[in-house]
Amino acid sequence: MPEIVATSKVIPIPRTNDFVVKFANVNGSGSASANNMFAKAVFRMGIPVSPHNIFPSNIQGLPTWYEVRISESGYLGRRDGVDLMVAMNEQTIKSDIKSVLPGGYVLYDNSKTLAADLIRDDVNYLGVPLKDICLREFERPAQRQLFKNIVYVGAIAAFLKIDFKILTDLVGDQFRGKEKLVPPNIHALELGHQYATENYQCPLHIQLKRCRKTNKKILIDGNTATALGCVYGGATVAAWYPLTPSTSVVDNFNKYCKRLRIDPGSGKKKYAIVQAEDELSAIGITLGAGWNGARAFTATSGPGISLMQEFLGLAYFSEVPLVIFNIQRAGPSTGMPTRTQQSDILCCAYASHGDTKQVLLFPSTPGECFEFAASSFDIADRLQTPVIMMSDLELGMNEQLCDSLHWDDKHRYDRGKVLTQEQLESIENFGRYNDVDGDGICYRTYPGTHPSKGSYFTRGSSHDPFAAYTEDGDVYAEVMKRIARKFETALKYLPKPEVRRQSKESKNQTGLIYYGTTTGAIQEALDNLARKGLYFDTLRIRSFPFHKAVRNFIQKHETVYVIEQNRDAQMKSLLKIECSATDKQLKSILNFNGMLITARHIESEIIASLPSIPESTDSKKKQA
Amino acid sequence: MTYIRKPKFRHPQLKTNDLGFTHRDYEGALTTLCAGCGHDSISAAIIQAATEMSLPPHRVAKLSGIGCSSKIPAYFLSKSHGFNSVHGRMPSVATGANLANKELAYLGVSGDGDSASIGLGQFCHIVRRRINMLYIVANNGTYGLTKGQLSATSDIGSRTKSGEESLYNNIDLAALAIEMGASFVARSFSGDKSQLVPLIQAGLSHKGFAFIDVISPCVTFNNTDLSTHGYKNTWENYEALSSIDYVPMREEITTSYSTGEDKEITLHDGSVIHLHKTSKNYEPNDKENALHHINEYKKQGKIATGLLYINQDISDLHELLDTVDKPFNSLATQDLCPGAETLKTINDTFR
Ligand SMILES: Cc1ncc(C[n+]2csc(CCOP(=O)(O)OP(=O)(O)O)c2C)c(N)n1
Ligand code: SF4
Ligand SMILES: [Mg+2]
Repeated sequence: MPEIVATSKVIPIPRTNDFVVKFANVNGSGSASANNMFAKAVFRMGIPVSPHNIFPSNIQGLPTWYEVRISESGYLGRRDGVDLMVAMNEQTIKSDIKSVLPGGYVLYDNSKTLAADLIRDDVNYLGVPLKDICLREFERPAQRQLFKNIVYVGAIAAFLKIDFKILTDLVGDQFRGKEKLVPPNIHALELGHQYATENYQCPLHIQLKRCRKTNKKILIDGNTATALGCVYGGATVAAWYPLTPSTSVVDNFNKYCKRLRIDPGSGKKKYAIVQAEDELSAIGITLGAGWNGARAFTATSGPGISLMQEFLGLAYFSEVPLVIFNIQRAGPSTGMPTRTQQSDILCCAYASHGDTKQVLLFPSTPGECFEFAASSFDIADRLQTPVIMMSDLELGMNEQLCDSLHWDDKHRYDRGKVLTQEQLESIENFGRYNDVDGDGICYRTYPGTHPSKGSYFTRGSSHDPFAAYTEDGDVYAEVMKRIARKFETALKYLPKPEVRRQSKESKNQTGLIYYGTTTGAIQEALDNLARKGLYFDTLRIRSFPFHKAVRNFIQKHETVYVIEQNRDAQMKSLLKIECSATDKQLKSILNFNGMLITARHIESEIIASLPSIPESTDSKKKQA
Repeated sequence: MTYIRKPKFRHPQLKTNDLGFTHRDYEGALTTLCAGCGHDSISAAIIQAATEMSLPPHRVAKLSGIGCSSKIPAYFLSKSHGFNSVHGRMPSVATGANLANKELAYLGVSGDGDSASIGLGQFCHIVRRRINMLYIVANNGTYGLTKGQLSATSDIGSRTKSGEESLYNNIDLAALAIEMGASFVARSFSGDKSQLVPLIQAGLSHKGFAFIDVISPCVTFNNTDLSTHGYKNTWENYEALSSIDYVPMREEITTSYSTGEDKEITLHDGSVIHLHKTSKNYEPNDKENALHHINEYKKQGKIATGLLYINQDISDLHELLDTVDKPFNSLATQDLCPGAETLKTINDTFR
């Protein structure tokens, strides 16, 4: 038996499939794949799970956490407080132990005695001699270090009652092609499992039980899904400059293209990836390719978006399709490069100098990352303008449970209004910026199409409907008005907001507007508030410019909370500008500490402002 | 600048080229540059070069940045698509355009401010990336369009019209291009069409990144006796390392010679350049030799011109990236989309 450091005064409340496990590790210690194996095992048991990486801007040595929320109810947002802390980092162990909820557990390496000041009397300590076990069982120093992670996963399997077979399958999957590594990994799992069962009452009060809530679901991160969307959406040119947290979009695009975009006959590539010298060049390459008829994208984050402003104006005014994936992170400036935020809303919505507007998409799940990424190329081609998909670090870099990715084989890429040689043949007077259809979108030609017709001069300076330079203010103004019209046509092609009325009978006076990664916390908050008799209609924004439904929603409710993850209520500002909403109608719930917003935060903000919420009939009924 | 259309009258005696086009078919809008501006001579040289080599105008894409020099794509090849982008960033736009369709000819025009100051980074990197194109810098040692400030190519000690002296070391774009790995590097002078035209033709025929630094005086702001980029200084001090004749692929080659002073170089498209060395020790395939000549001439206050360096054994970006033969912009859904069945197996890897 290991030395009992303390017995908790607080008796843990038994809970199945509903708790938080947090791993505290040292960056670069090889814990990532072990922790991931744990999350995946929970997923394979059919239990909804959402892991969150909390990592430093560092390669080796600094603290890193992996927080896994397990929720049979399907709540995928973050929840404060930890039920099981896997405390593997001596630098942070004090605060890590502090964050455990009373009655919770601390798994630690008891090869060394725990310092007295780390001992709380209201939590349970689970000592496993990881270092000693690995010293005894493995020869090479690197193995001894690495396998500590696998041993604790084995122990957790016993503590929480994970099917051992699932773990051995996962090891097999992970090392497919490197079968030599399978037995030692399974051995390490067994060592942990055995130690835990021999020395502790297993399972603990918190435990897992198979259910069927992850059928037809997958566990994937947003950047991988985005990259797949680019492959499916027909992107052939990717230009980029490395920047956390966007890098894995291009890494994954590369990975999948190597498999899926090789011409079988010649073995040559149907894609090109250019690591540019900076983001100015990255968007320049994207724009050049778009101008010349290839589907092109760049992936970046805030600092890159700042550098791309001038080109975004050129693309807007000269009407060149291109796609940008902005995986937002906490700004301003370098900000908190490894923390999440939704704080580039305004600088993207009106990116560049002069009168501009940009099309934005707001995915909230990896599934939507895939869908929006793939359709962004159609949208950009139809509208002949940049499309910016506003993901963020939380969505981009963390695995999330979502529906399987779906593709309809009947879908054909829509390249928009592009004239072929034959069409040009029958056109008398081609004008690149001549709005013949009246929808604000004009016909374009690719260079080299026709020997004598359809060529034009693309420029960022003022031009007339025939692309000729002009300083005639009226002609310029007409072109500017016509481009504005295009953004009305845009609504036809942009994903509509998701509107839900929470209770059928009531006429709710209060609504919630949210978007992107705030979504994960919403259902949980709504359910908890409903238990208190509070009901809300909700609207999830999925694109900008806003559909009429957004304006209607604001007008139909007396008060609308706009929930977002930035300091300055940027989406609220945008709604005020674009939907003529007022401060009286719109209230903000903000979270901008770099961590994903929690349901608890939303609930408490709403409850704190309750006096101004008119009581709904439902809540009266409930209280009666 | 207004877009003035030229009368479409065709003189019956205008010579037609192999495509049946005349000189007129390669012209553009009327220039709006100052009378006597060197840049207009470059436009004229491009028109002549393209006409003589029977370049199909619609198979050319013209790109530029911002500046007087960057305006000139509007003044030639009106049947080609053009792109007047943003200041200093033409190289990236040209890179993307080239990736989208490897079959067109790409002609970039830039200025010394555009390429040696705001766009120096992009310039270096497009050279490194070996885009298959001809890149011309119309180099006047000044910012013409913003009214005569000194540029990074102004020689130290030279003065603009307003009397401002250049205090800093100059950047020699031709030498830089050689350093960065350009496979065709030349220097010329807008006032010397007989030198410039065959260089443009050879540059367009060359497969890989071709660069020509063309001294192109700004008559309005930088044409004084104290300017090293004015007509006077250039006429007096430019000296060719070699002279070339360009023979398009279709013409029968009658003489073939490779004596000490003369060389015949067959380009990838089958055209040939006859190169006559005027400097004895000059070796067109030797990087160090070219840089040495540039520096030696400079020490003597001279400007080394002509074809400075050529290397034909270098792959361009498409070859480096091993892209398919068909232009990307012609690939459709069935060429690019892996389909629903494949997605099912991909989904399975995330379970
Ligand atoms: C971002 C930006 N900064 C400044 C300018 C102003 N500007 C226009 S042209 C130019 C210099 C052009 O010099 P060069 O490239 O040598 O062309 P030239 O007019 O001499 O032919 C400058 C500074 C601009 N257009 N864009
Ligand atoms: S200002 Fe100089 S460079 Fe510009 S057009 Fe006039 S002469 Fe040419
Ligand atoms: Mg200049």
